[in-house]
Amino acid sequence: MSHSTSTFDSLQLKNVGRSFGGQDALVGLNLTIRQGEFIALLGPSGCGKSTALNCIAGLLPLTHGEILIDAERVDLLPAERRDFGMVFQNYALFPHLTVEKNIAFGLQMRKVPKPEIKRRVAEAIALVKLEQHATKLPGQLSGGQQQRVAIARAVVVEPRLVLMDEPLSNLDAKLRLEMRTEIRRLHLALGLTTLYVTHDQEEALSMADRLVVLREGRVQQIGTPEELHNSPANAHVADFMGYRNLIDLTVTAVDGSAVTIGDHALSLRGTACEPVAVGARVRAAIRPEDLLVVPPTASARGDNTVSATVTVVEYHGREFAVGVTTATGRSLHVRSDHPPVVGSTVELTADPARVLVFPSEAIDLDSLSVDERELAEVRQ
Amino acid sequence: MATQTVPSPPAESPDAPPDPRRRSGARAPGEKSLVAAPSTWIVWAGTAAFFIFLVGILTSVVVDSFGRPWFDSWLPENFVTSWYTDAWQRFGMAHIMGVTLTVALTVIVISTLVGVPAAYQLARRTFPFKRTITLLFLLPVLMPPITYGIPLATVMYNLGIGRTLTAVILVNLVPSIPFVIITMTPFIEQINPTIENAARMSGANMRQILTKILLPLLIPGVLAASILVLVRTVGMFELTFLVSGPQSDTLVVAIYRAMTAAGGGEARQLISSMAVVYTATMMVILIVALRYISPTQLVARVKESRED
Amino acid sequence: MSRGQTTKSTASLRHRLAERGIDSSLLMLVPALIFAVALFIYPFSYGIGLTFQPSAATQAQWGTSIFANYIAFFNDPFIFDSIWLTMRLALPVALFNVVVAVPVAFKLRHKFVGKKFLTILLVLPITLGTVLTAQGLLIFAGRQGWLNRFLLDIGLIDAPLALVNNYLGVVFSLIISGFPFAFLLISSYLSGIDPSIEAAAKTMGADWLQRFRRVILPLLAPGLATTFILTFVLAFSVFPSARLVGDAMGSTRVMALMAFRAFGEQNDYPMASTIAIMMGLVELVVIAVVLVWRSFMYKGSTGGKG
Repeated sequence: MSHSTSTFDSLQLKNVGRSFGGQDALVGLNLTIRQGEFIALLGPSGCGKSTALNCIAGLLPLTHGEILIDAERVDLLPAERRDFGMVFQNYALFPHLTVEKNIAFGLQMRKVPKPEIKRRVAEAIALVKLEQHATKLPGQLSGGQQQRVAIARAVVVEPRLVLMDEPLSNLDAKLRLEMRTEIRRLHLALGLTTLYVTHDQEEALSMADRLVVLREGRVQQIGTPEELHNSPANAHVADFMGYRNLIDLTVTAVDGSAVTIGDHALSLRGTACEPVAVGARVRAAIRPEDLLVVPPTASARGDNTVSATVTVVEYHGREFAVGVTTATGRSLHVRSDHPPVVGSTVELTADPARVLVFPSEAIDLDSLSVDERELAEVRQ
Repeated sequence: MATQTVPSPPAESPDAPPDPRRRSGARAPGEKSLVAAPSTWIVWAGTAAFFIFLVGILTSVVVDSFGRPWFDSWLPENFVTSWYTDAWQRFGMAHIMGVTLTVALTVIVISTLVGVPAAYQLARRTFPFKRTITLLFLLPVLMPPITYGIPLATVMYNLGIGRTLTAVILVNLVPSIPFVIITMTPFIEQINPTIENAARMSGANMRQILTKILLPLLIPGVLAASILVLVRTVGMFELTFLVSGPQSDTLVVAIYRAMTAAGGGEARQLISSMAVVYTATMMVILIVALRYISPTQLVARVKESRED
Repeated sequence: MSRGQTTKSTASLRHRLAERGIDSSLLMLVPALIFAVALFIYPFSYGIGLTFQPSAATQAQWGTSIFANYIAFFNDPFIFDSIWLTMRLALPVALFNVVVAVPVAFKLRHKFVGKKFLTILLVLPITLGTVLTAQGLLIFAGRQGWLNRFLLDIGLIDAPLALVNNYLGVVFSLIISGFPFAFLLISSYLSGIDPSIEAAAKTMGADWLQRFRRVILPLLAPGLATTFILTFVLAFSVFPSARLVGDAMGSTRVMALMAFRAFGEQNDYPMASTIAIMMGLVELVVIAVVLVWRSFMYKGSTGGKG
């Protein structure tokens, strides 16, 4: 009945919102997903990304907006009739059913003929490489295996949309990397439209065709991994995209988008993402890998530099992560290809194109999420 | 106020709660004491005394039920089984057993059918007046049965259903339904709720979730709750006694009536034989029960039988 | 944060009710509620109403006021004293059961050979039931029973002890049926205490007494209170043993017996309901006292969550 076709041109979220007792958990989510796309919903915990996913799944009713597949409105359908598949963070396998039966469950619900169920389950099991465990119960499997069963269970019905709710967060680091590749491979092989929720920006950047960054229930930016990585829309997105050095400074000169910023101790040239005026308070965002320690062998004092004292040196394989403190007491994270001596003074340099300047917003600690507040406290 | 003589080990006044507690602490040795401390001996001696009483009571009744005659001696002169056949005929034991089983099974079926859905809602949902409703379900378990039993029995006699099987079943439902709810609620809470979401996302509707996912997962809990209700209903004296009549007495009530009516003399052995039948029945139930549930569940909440 | 009302919700009324936790699945509660109301609330309220409609016999003796039942209850020493007689049985027995069950449960909480067997033996009295326990006590501890016979034979006593058909008989019977209950409950509470907490206390240099008093006991206190309440309820409402192994017209004339006497023998339903309701009240008072003690104990001893 509702499982008419698994192909569509576009899935549209129109002004989708959800509030819990007057408290908005998700506001005005507008997104058009194309057939076969892999979209990541990214944000810190409590940003509304899981709410968004549950709303789309139909497990939570929407309080605002609508969801359309082509012209068909699906947000009024109950979850079981939307023909979506879902992978849960805690796997949510049926503990009393074997791996095979877990995977067959959705097909049985769709009244697929028995021989076809058998064939498709066998295919799905092969796809996630669980042939040897087909008759085991979920309790006998490891976390990674359970997650593979959960993925097979979601994709075997060839749903119109696969929803994944932080599927890798319960796995250990090594397994997470493997499963990341695995999910990407499955997506490429099956071409299933996927909406993937995660708080791990690396995971999102490496897997998704497009990312949606959420904060406090509001969309901050939608774009390809490159767009988000290179030109974050605001300081929050920049923070989330790995711009660990966020420095509050004042604009001293403006020339188009090239601006000079500084305080009484330092001066930097950067690129303004939005028009700013001289004298405005701004926040500069620099990735650690864009802020380099000038090698002592470098002949001349480089351009666009800051001097600072080395406080911490961590070995990261091919390079060194260095913590430094500027004369005004700011802590910065930088990279170096040689280990500087702790306590010594070094020169840091950055490409002005990689110093992103955002207008400062008044920061209200209360409006921050718990995670952000903790981060802010650590930074101070 | 509680300064009366209490027979057995701690004999003197257990007046204020903190005091006996500290004293019991002195009895409870650290778990590493390899040398048996005096406290250990006291614990073991107390336990032994308890068992001597227990075994004594049990064997006396069993010996009595076979003895003819047994008056002023250690053991009866002869052992016979005639008390059983006599009792079986005189008290209509076949009928009494039939009533007992009918009542117990009907109570189990109704209280499970009514209690499990309610427990599911209490475990899974928040809704207005949830606390009030929970309290309402808790009260019949906390109240002395007589407190609500007497008004309930009065209503039943007024309605003309006193002394009927229906009345006996209905009174036993009053504590049984809350009991099923209290036992099943934590059990249901332990079943991961996202499993139900996963089933919905696989396309299962409410009925299919119920039959294919929840029911199989709930069976161990329902089984445990049923056995507990069985034990309680077969053993329930006060409530049944208030509304039952000659045709609707359960075994335990029939024994009480025989004890208070005939009193002493030859009837004692008849009563003993009935009591043995009762205990044997309960033990069979218990042995079956212990295959499915742990002893603590007989009194406490279902905890161990996790599925996922 | 903008409030939800500022933007008009597109959700249907059904959705908005679901938001507040009201939807059709709540119907699953209805059968249980119907039973609770029909078999508990209604009779209970009816019973309370009945207490204000004293019977002719009560009115003849205690006046025609609608409170005649209560006047009778408080002024007739034969009835009123039963409160004291009930408490005198139920409180010491409940306290004994809990206080003795703690060290036994503590002793038996580790694995040892025969633990399962011992636990099953302890469960056994649950199968006996009050009536059989009474019968067994009458035979075993009676004047010519094995217990007295043994004590006489070893010369410990000269004349048989009166252990049944009095206060002691009921106490024995209540302990035999109540102790296993208390033991099993406390065992399950003890097993719920994470052993690493005790291990942590040990690493900080607490000896076993300190560990017990400062760590285990405060954690166990809520469980002890619950166990006490439940064994108290058991002992408080029992009347078969009070009748069968006690002295029903004297020292074990408990409230439940009085209520039943009014109900079954005098057919004075209003008086029976009055005694029954008063029984409930007395029990609630005891429970309330225990709960107050528990909240005091729990707060006072753990000093908040660590």
